[in-house]
Amino acid sequence: MAQLLRESLPPIGDSNEPARDLWPAMLRRMDDQTVHRAASIPWFDWALAGGLVAFAAIAPRTIPVILYYL
Amino acid sequence: MQDDGSSVLDKFRQGDEDAFETLFRMHQRSVYGWVLRIVRDPGAAEDVTVEAFWRMHRAHARFDSTRGFEPWARRIATHAALDWLRRQKPEDNIAPEMWNSVAAPTAGDAAVNAEIRNKTAQAFARLPAKLRVTATLAVVEERPQKEVAEALGITVAAVKLRVFRALRLLRKDLSEMGIKP
Repeated sequence: MAQLLRESLPPIGDSNEPARDLWPAMLRRMDDQTVHRAASIPWFDWALAGGLVAFAAIAPRTIPVILYYL
Repeated sequence: MQDDGSSVLDKFRQGDEDAFETLFRMHQRSVYGWVLRIVRDPGAAEDVTVEAFWRMHRAHARFDSTRGFEPWARRIATHAALDWLRRQKPEDNIAPEMWNSVAAPTAGDAAVNAEIRNKTAQAFARLPAKLRVTATLAVVEERPQKEVAEALGITVAAVKLRVFRALRLLRKDLSEMGIKP
């Protein structure tokens, strides 16, 4: 069975290297992740903003106070 | 030289980008070669190599510089390749150029015809990814079982068990297709 498998899937062997330098692709990947991280806002920031908006809607008179503390 | 190597590893552990680039350039060829053995598709191997190095970059603080970079990199690359295999459909697991090499009879195996080899390759692609990776490295690529075990983060006994299960499932699948290996 092992012999049949080796005949069906020829071994790749040792003498392989990438067709191109992969460092530029690595840099793109790192940059993408950095931009993605910067763009993503943590859920608790959204929750805090939502809470403030809800509070301002319920008690509009507190808006100047909130703005003062911001 | 040893001091330089240790220094680069220590700097990498501390998150130094230049040290990471140095290690990337030193090891990209070996990591790519290892990944290619598993995914068997040059284009995918490049993507998985980048993914593997990205995982290393993120995990730099967990790197133990006393254990060396190569085994750690190989282990991460093996798991990145395993994740890639899990996302593929069975029929996508062998690149077209690999199918050509599968279909082409070679001088040494005239007794086994191309159809049997094709069906064997297809049946192999249907195996669970973790069995396929183990059998590919240990049986097809004939890597030492200890090396395979270290790359997968399992014991040598587990490697033997996975190879046994892979070959048994393959034999069963081929038998159902009317092929008696």
